[in-house]
Amino acid sequence: MTSDIAAILAIDGIATGAVYALVAIGTVLIFTVTRVIFIPFGDIAAFTALTLAALDAKRFPGTGALVVVLACLATLIEVISLIRSGDIRLLPRALLFYLILPLAVVGIAWLTMRMDPPLAVRLVLALMLITPIAPLLDRIVFRPIADGTVLLLLTVSVALHFALVGLGLLFFGPEGVRTEPLTSFSTEFAGVLISGQTMLIVIAALVFSGLLYLFFDFTLVGKSLRATAVNRTGSRLMGIRPARAGTIAYLLGSLMAGVSGILIAPVNTVFYDSGFLIGLKAFVGAIVGGMTSYPGAAIGAVGVGILESFASFQSSALKDVIVFSLLIPILIWRSLASLHSEEEIEE
Amino acid sequence: MSQMLSMTDVTVCYDNVEAVRNVSLSVDEGQIVTVIGPNGAGKTTLLMAAIGLLASRGSMVFRGNDIRKMSVEDRVERRLCLVPEKRELFSDMSVADNLLLGSYSLRDRSGVQKTLDEVYDRFPRLKERQRQAAGTLSGGERQMLALGRALMAKPALLMLDEPSLGLAPLIVREIFRTIASLRDLGVSILLVEQNARAALETADYGYVLETGEVVQSGPAKDLIHDPRLITAYLGGH
Repeated sequence: MTSDIAAILAIDGIATGAVYALVAIGTVLIFTVTRVIFIPFGDIAAFTALTLAALDAKRFPGTGALVVVLACLATLIEVISLIRSGDIRLLPRALLFYLILPLAVVGIAWLTMRMDPPLAVRLVLALMLITPIAPLLDRIVFRPIADGTVLLLLTVSVALHFALVGLGLLFFGPEGVRTEPLTSFSTEFAGVLISGQTMLIVIAALVFSGLLYLFFDFTLVGKSLRATAVNRTGSRLMGIRPARAGTIAYLLGSLMAGVSGILIAPVNTVFYDSGFLIGLKAFVGAIVGGMTSYPGAAIGAVGVGILESFASFQSSALKDVIVFSLLIPILIWRSLASLHSEEEIEE
Repeated sequence: MSQMLSMTDVTVCYDNVEAVRNVSLSVDEGQIVTVIGPNGAGKTTLLMAAIGLLASRGSMVFRGNDIRKMSVEDRVERRLCLVPEKRELFSDMSVADNLLLGSYSLRDRSGVQKTLDEVYDRFPRLKERQRQAAGTLSGGERQMLALGRALMAKPALLMLDEPSLGLAPLIVREIFRTIASLRDLGVSILLVEQNARAALETADYGYVLETGEVVQSGPAKDLIHDPRLITAYLGGH
């Protein structure tokens, strides 16, 4: 391998890793706030790409129907729950958040699409349609078992992924899509050609990570999410509602996954089931960060991207085997490290 | 003087075991009420039920509202606050962030900075350490932070669970002085404490809890001279 090829592979790896980093950060965010390892984040990313492709083709995406179905289910469950607990006064708010807002989003997207909007508007529409999915799934699937073990939540999360893949096939069909590049710009650096799309991916990952940092450090809502992650009982005693913190975490995580889907769509062909590998590779990155550290997850995800890039050059057929084999030493290292810290705590 | 909290025939169970049985107590506005008793008497369980972290039977009325079925968060919004035995601080976050989060339940945010300044005036050590992570504070400082964080919520009734636990005698005195001074802010206090003498010296009224039941109650100044209590809890002969 020459240094030129190594540089090209490294740049390609950093770009792919940046996409994984966005999903990995979302995964860590959800896990720390809700204890759910949200496997379907990759599906959310893939659905965003498919939604954007449908909008590009002037077709109303299946995501709209998915949001409507989920909104109706979530509303039904929330209303039954409120009636059972006698909290009838909360019904208007429940109807607003679980029914009216998601339906309004679908309505706005449907009306705007008829006006043949430019690419920037289509990007916003795709993100708008995708962001309610995870919070609605949280209400339908995870809220009723919120006090369950992490293993139960993970098992349900895996089942939910398979359900979403099936729904993806139903709503988007079996064809793969590749959207038009967001920019045709390219430049040469140290003899290596860098495409504008690659630069955009890295910049977007940096910008969104930075925005998340600002959100967590400088807003009360951001701090309340961190507090819920650090100490759930303590945060409840401050009046912070874990369910609301979870909804905000799902919204933010969905946005991150959506952005990664938009960024990856012009460089990779995305199918209804492409999300699994994206989510799993981001999960490996999140594991590097111990599922609790955002910088750790981002660094881990970029590492996974670089490893995947070099692995695909050496042996394209074995690239996923190589990437997932990385999990074994990391898990051994992590388990030894956590054993050590538990001993420290006991002391 | 209006009634702040009234608990009537409250029973709390862990699985099928009754940890607290038919307990009735009340706290009036501006009053400091203490619950004393041996380890395992059900004092902490009673406070956990009062804040809503444990389910209970019986009646629980706070400022005229039936709160028994309310969530923890709804009770906190109604200005019923608990400083638990474990403090439950956000150890990775700074002292300033911990205090700010104490005010999370306040809808009117205009007075938050003023309350923060008042907390810093009350606990100057916290101001010195405002950028430091809560997990790195000493035991006394952690208790001050837990108290300060609770005060940020402008509580009408503050419930304190073993505020002197694990602290040096000098710090314990400081903490009890602070608790007594909260009366001037109009904060009612329900104090659960194993240090019975310090608790009764600070409180207006006291309840003695043994094996989940109230076995004695009365004005704190009478309880502190009760021969049975002196023998059992106050270190007398």
